[in-house]
Amino acid sequence: MRKLLFQSLFRLPLTEQAPLPDDAALSELATAVGVVARRRLGRSLSIREVDAGSCNGCELEIHALNNAYYDVERFGLRFVASPRHADVLMVTGPVTKNMRDALLRTYDATPNPKWVVAVGDCARDGGCFAGSYAVVGGVSAVIPVDLHISGCPPAPIAMLRGLLALLERADSSAVAS
Amino acid sequence: MTSLIDLMQEGRKVESHGPWPRVVVDAPAWNLAVKQLAQGHWRLLGLWGEPASVHMAIGDEQSAEIAVVSLDCPDGNYPSVGLHHPPALRLERTVNDLFGLTALGLPDPRPWLDHDHWGVCFPLAGRIDVPEEAAPYRFLPVDGGGMHQIAVGPVHAGIIEPGHFRFTASGETVVRLEQRLGYTHKGIEGLMRGAALTRAAQLAGRVSGDSTAAYAYAFSRAAEAALDLDVPDRAVWLRALLAELERLANHLGDIGAICNDASFALIHAHCSMLRERVLRAADTAFGHRLMRDVIVPGGVARDLGAQGAKAIRALLDNIRLRFPTLVELYDNTASLQDRTVDTGILKPALARQYAAGGYIGRASGRSFDARKALAYPPYDRLRFEVPVLSEGDVNARVWIRVREIEQSLSLIDQILDQLPEGPLANAIGPRPGTREGMAIVEGFRGDILVWLRLRDGVVERCHLRDPSWFQWPLLEAVIEGNIVADFPLCNKSFNCSYSGHDI
Repeated sequence: MRKLLFQSLFRLPLTEQAPLPDDAALSELATAVGVVARRRLGRSLSIREVDAGSCNGCELEIHALNNAYYDVERFGLRFVASPRHADVLMVTGPVTKNMRDALLRTYDATPNPKWVVAVGDCARDGGCFAGSYAVVGGVSAVIPVDLHISGCPPAPIAMLRGLLALLERADSSAVAS
Repeated sequence: MTSLIDLMQEGRKVESHGPWPRVVVDAPAWNLAVKQLAQGHWRLLGLWGEPASVHMAIGDEQSAEIAVVSLDCPDGNYPSVGLHHPPALRLERTVNDLFGLTALGLPDPRPWLDHDHWGVCFPLAGRIDVPEEAAPYRFLPVDGGGMHQIAVGPVHAGIIEPGHFRFTASGETVVRLEQRLGYTHKGIEGLMRGAALTRAAQLAGRVSGDSTAAYAYAFSRAAEAALDLDVPDRAVWLRALLAELERLANHLGDIGAICNDASFALIHAHCSMLRERVLRAADTAFGHRLMRDVIVPGGVARDLGAQGAKAIRALLDNIRLRFPTLVELYDNTASLQDRTVDTGILKPALARQYAAGGYIGRASGRSFDARKALAYPPYDRLRFEVPVLSEGDVNARVWIRVREIEQSLSLIDQILDQLPEGPLANAIGPRPGTREGMAIVEGFRGDILVWLRLRDGVVERCHLRDPSWFQWPLLEAVIEGNIVADFPLCNKSFNCSYSGHDI
């Protein structure tokens, strides 16, 4: 183990350069993030991930955000175990009817200020599962959504750009005031 | 002892069903099959319903025969298989949820996937009833002093799919675990009804995101069996390449995640890096990190170019360079071995009874691997071994993955060396009439079974059976006697699919 750790000291880090925040996401978030939130939260966000019935593809790419290449923690973004510790809910899936209550309770358990990011094509409007007897159809049909990130699943870079836009909005709203 | 062939004589053979036979039997023959399953002579590969009939896919491990046995249910019921053969219990509860068919004598009549939120009853049956107020779900009763319950989920700690786990613990020791699943049920088999082949293939690839290639592979092979359609050689080999890349990515990620659940984050960090490299090579080669929508009925949708082949070769070199150190570290870290050895033991007899597939079965003495046992092309022309252990603990399930990674690296090398030139897909012409097909493909967590019926080229009924159906129940058995803190370790070493199971 010591050898492995020692070697890591001398190799170049894998972490890639931060991408620019996504423009479309910036516009979508224009009204969402308030000044008060910025003052209270500083420049970091705690994220609680909720799978509201996805195929698990989005979860795999959300996991990738924590690897050495994307290293989402360097931006002050971290995943937490409880909605009570969260500022952001990252929700995947078309919202199955069996998950509707759990999603609502998780949202209600998240203290204000909070934002909701709907990840993936299914989370937007039910995607390829829309119309099924078992599916509500998109996260916004159940809770208010501040940002949508499209893809099936979205690549980690796309998610990162969306999350950076969320941080950016928090920052610039403070400047505007 | 009866052989499957003998049973096949008892019924009416269904024409246009391939590649294995399907017979419609009467109740006595059905009961004979149930007896053979219960006595362990045959294994249950799947059990699914239709509005007025029920089907079982059965395998004979000795003779390597496979068949589908069907029973018509004019009265809306059939003799329960689960009454004598526990692996069928949850399958029969599901058949009831979806079709309203009653398994006579079923010891556990509680709904399984139906949580009383759909707004309809028996959604895939000929008739749809408005549901009456259902009683709340009753968990198994607990009797005795000094015990407490821990309820976890459906939303639970990590970035993970939803499911409910009800522990009964005495101090730190788990006395019982009872699962409740179905939270990610999307009604996929309902959406498949009446779907064109392209749409159905897309849905199949979205049943379980980590197995998108394997599911598309199984669905395509089932459709091709039904249509009697050949696949060009190049596509046959590329499909195996996609499946092996998917196996690599999942096994690498899982080994890291299992270590992470024992708080050993170093291996997780390094394994995540290797997994990321697999996904990036897959993206370069096939245009999608998870290789979704690449395998289609008739062949493949994307070709492997020189750049893609180069990226994959570089990937293999990199894994061969970096992975052995991580394995050595895993083996030499006493505190980690202390967590994984002798934890979560699955007894070989249970693995055999449930015909548990994948690394779960193979870590508990069951050597079945569909690539070897069924030798679907191109695996009949590839050299590889199937590693088997019998300790059945978390450590064994890690080692099976390590060995399978080594096998997959070798398989990918062989595929790249022998990849023939040629077209990527055969066109699916008009195929009138009713045709049925079935396929079994080895996904990374076990054998995936797909059965479908096409009518005039459109899907009339498609059943997709995730390997997890025969693995989830076993998790309840292995956690017993272990401490609560070892549950994440056991759960991750199993890595069953929620979405694949819930369909």
